[in-house]
Amino acid sequence: MKPSPTARPAGTARTAATDPSPRATARPAGTPAGFAGRGAERRPPLVLLVPACLAALFALLPLGYLAVRALERGPAFAWEVVADERTLDLLGRSLGLTAAVVAACVVLGVSLAWLTVRTALPGARFWSVAATLPLAVPSYVAAFAWLSAEPGLAGFGGAALSLTLVSFPYVLLPVAAALRGIDPAQEEAARSLGHGPLRTFLRVTLPQLRPAAAGGALLVALYVLSDFGAVSLMRYDTFTRAIHTSYRASFDRTPAAALSVVLVLMTVALVAAEARTRGRAGHARTGGGTARPAVPVALGRWKPLALLWCGAAVAVAVAFPLGTLGYWLAVGSSATWDLGGLTETAWATLGVAAAGAALTTLLALPVGVIAARHRGRGARLLEQAAYAGHALPGITVALSLVFFAVRYAYPLYQRLPLLVCAYAVLFLPVAVAATRAAVLQAPPVLEDVARSLGRRPWQVLREITVPLAAPGVAAGAALTFVVCMKELPATLLLRPTGMDTLATRLWTETGAGSFAAAAPYAAALILLAAVPSYLLGRHRS
Amino acid sequence: MNESHASEPGTDVPDTHGSTKDEQHTIEQEPSQRREGGSEANGPHANPAQSDDPHDNALHVEGLTKSYTAGHDPVLRALRLTVPAGALAAVLGPSGGGKTTLLRIVAGFLRADAGTVRLGGRILAGPGVHVPPERRRIGIVPQEGALFPHLTVARNVAFGLTGLTRGERRRRTGELLELVGLAGYGDRMPHELSGGQQQRVALARALAPRPQLVLLDEPFNALDSALRAGVRADVRAALRATGATALLVTHDQQEALSTADLVAVVRDGRVAQCATPQDLYRRPADPWVAGFVGDAVLLPATVGADGTARTPLGAVPLAAAPDGPATGTVLLRPEQLRLTAPAAGGVVRGTVTDVCFYGHDAMVTVAVEGHDTPVGVRVAGPLPVGPGDATGVRVTGEATLHPAG
Repeated sequence: MKPSPTARPAGTARTAATDPSPRATARPAGTPAGFAGRGAERRPPLVLLVPACLAALFALLPLGYLAVRALERGPAFAWEVVADERTLDLLGRSLGLTAAVVAACVVLGVSLAWLTVRTALPGARFWSVAATLPLAVPSYVAAFAWLSAEPGLAGFGGAALSLTLVSFPYVLLPVAAALRGIDPAQEEAARSLGHGPLRTFLRVTLPQLRPAAAGGALLVALYVLSDFGAVSLMRYDTFTRAIHTSYRASFDRTPAAALSVVLVLMTVALVAAEARTRGRAGHARTGGGTARPAVPVALGRWKPLALLWCGAAVAVAVAFPLGTLGYWLAVGSSATWDLGGLTETAWATLGVAAAGAALTTLLALPVGVIAARHRGRGARLLEQAAYAGHALPGITVALSLVFFAVRYAYPLYQRLPLLVCAYAVLFLPVAVAATRAAVLQAPPVLEDVARSLGRRPWQVLREITVPLAAPGVAAGAALTFVVCMKELPATLLLRPTGMDTLATRLWTETGAGSFAAAAPYAAALILLAAVPSYLLGRHRS
Repeated sequence: MNESHASEPGTDVPDTHGSTKDEQHTIEQEPSQRREGGSEANGPHANPAQSDDPHDNALHVEGLTKSYTAGHDPVLRALRLTVPAGALAAVLGPSGGGKTTLLRIVAGFLRADAGTVRLGGRILAGPGVHVPPERRRIGIVPQEGALFPHLTVARNVAFGLTGLTRGERRRRTGELLELVGLAGYGDRMPHELSGGQQQRVALARALAPRPQLVLLDEPFNALDSALRAGVRADVRAALRATGATALLVTHDQQEALSTADLVAVVRDGRVAQCATPQDLYRRPADPWVAGFVGDAVLLPATVGADGTARTPLGAVPLAAAPDGPATGTVLLRPEQLRLTAPAAGGVVRGTVTDVCFYGHDAMVTVAVEGHDTPVGVRVAGPLPVGPGDATGVRVTGEATLHPAG
């Protein structure tokens, strides 16, 4: 994961192209021949390559620094921390929570997806939209809602409950998409070959849902492992909470760094597994063309039960948090309604999120274009480097930036730019994915045509690629803006002294048990995040 | 590194044509290029359009070799192709045969491992030379048009018109839209046009900067068959009107035969045969080409001293008789066979096994005595027979012999 390999293949291609001696063909034999051979014509132009390499370096910085820091006192010490009984205990608790949440999410997600997509459920459209709404609820808001209603929930149960209810859409959405994508002709073929509806579902439909469900489950696991808000409010010790505590408790930051490394290794393993299932899911889909919509399955006497199931899920995942919030807003006295403070915090949140989204989008642009347009090892490495944030829990990114700033850039320590940088590292994957998808939408042949009509590569970028990708890039920026606004652990560690965002304020008030004081911040956060989300929804449709 | 590879003399393997070496000399001596073009006109693929054109827009491709994974299974193997100025040549071949690779190398989007590409007097690609696509003066018409979706039709057409005043640009755009029959469509957006109209705009866009060569990559594929013939004719007319040399890639032999002045059949990265459509159909270079460009009746034959071939369908005169006795395969086309009464004299008897009715004609499959494979007979007009009927088969016209071995 060191940055140097990202630059190498491009450099190889360049020297080979300018070296006229016949030996040049022999030299790159050790280096990837496929990249050098095809890269000669498909090598990204320097206009893209230089900024993309900078972005990749930037994204890898925390990871590299974390490793350096964790090993600073020698591998023996790091191992001592890692092999400590307490660490193993944390490992068990983190994995236990993850397993419980993943299992619950799969049951909830697959059942709701099937009911809303394939059955004659009354109001199926309403349920399918309502069931995705929890995605907009940050885990700490869900934790706030449950904790404020029943403080006794604190602990494993409360953490599992609130995490399940915010993350089951990660399973629901891909499974629903897979269900929609299955050509009903396959099921009809199975029926015509003598299979009953149940056997058809088990033998034809379900196996095709497995990649989607597995991908969703891995996303949930990633979410749970890196979650800080819900577990800290529920006072259930996992890696993230222990890192935070250890960082706050002592000046010796090596233990926190060592714990972070373990957490990063776990998430990296999950990300790798997730990427593998995603690859296979892609292969599983055969044949193009749009399939006919399937004939909905009649529910018959199961209809009330199905409605009850959907109703209950939406009630506890959406209606309950909103209801609790409404309750606390209503009972809040004028003393808890600090309008001045709320406005100030809201503005601060918007400002820092906007800066984060701007920097992230800017860094993502060259990487996204290269990822969409250039194959080969160099381009892949660049993209993967930019995705590092995907595997890094917010708390570890924050920690590594703190270390880095204290050592090398003290003026930045506890200043806004450092927080904005953390957002960029964390959410670069979001913006890169959006940019890449947007660029992919425009067929590359358009760029070829533009070249044949006399445009140079940078002119093609300006006149064709960027204008065509602009809507998608803007959507990515809006999405980044929303996730920056909701970010909690990195903000807690890196915010300038005296500055609060809606998320940190909500966290502090809830942690102190002043639920009525926390409610306005939760409400403001949801409302402010809803606007770009709504616009995004309109953009997609 | 590709260039250096190409400069090694050993890698420039001459094709079946032995002239590769001589032509290499011509490339190095630029001034003699004109004469070279002249001698080309005397060749078998001469096209009268060439003399009409004041500029030499002929395309010469020599020894073009390309493999995607180094050292493995080349997609192009020392491919050689010449398209005379102003001609519309079709590159016909099965998918995966390297047609699109050839097109992309000529356009400059890919670099060949070896070989040269010359357009008129300019070397576009060759040892140590790679002209970038934007300086090649080659227009491309991709599959499905690929119009810029964010620009109006007029701005699409004007995209390649740089260095002109606004008035000139508008005039040229109008001219081109008129040429493709879409005058007045300039303000539309691409998605407001039908597939055929989009394809015509793509052609206008490619022709606007007056390219020396236009490359068309299966441009009619996306159109439904009813539209295809019309768009094809319009494209041909527009190309004629501008005098640009054109290279059309297709896997549809009907399209190649009906549209092009010259058809190059590409197989396994080589040109298996390059000829006018008529020659290609009547005198294919080998049985594979024969079957690829149309329905073929292939019969084993022995040729006696009299120069006629003895086949399971009787004695058949040959278009070009071999010097002496020979054996081999003769090629007949189904329309050269006639159904007769089973008892008629001098005919071979057979049984109809299948009838495929196409409307304008029908294909009758007949199992003949003395030949394992049933033969196809194209019958125009009313059908005299049905499956199971006995019939006679008679051969008209001449056959082509492909000697064995």
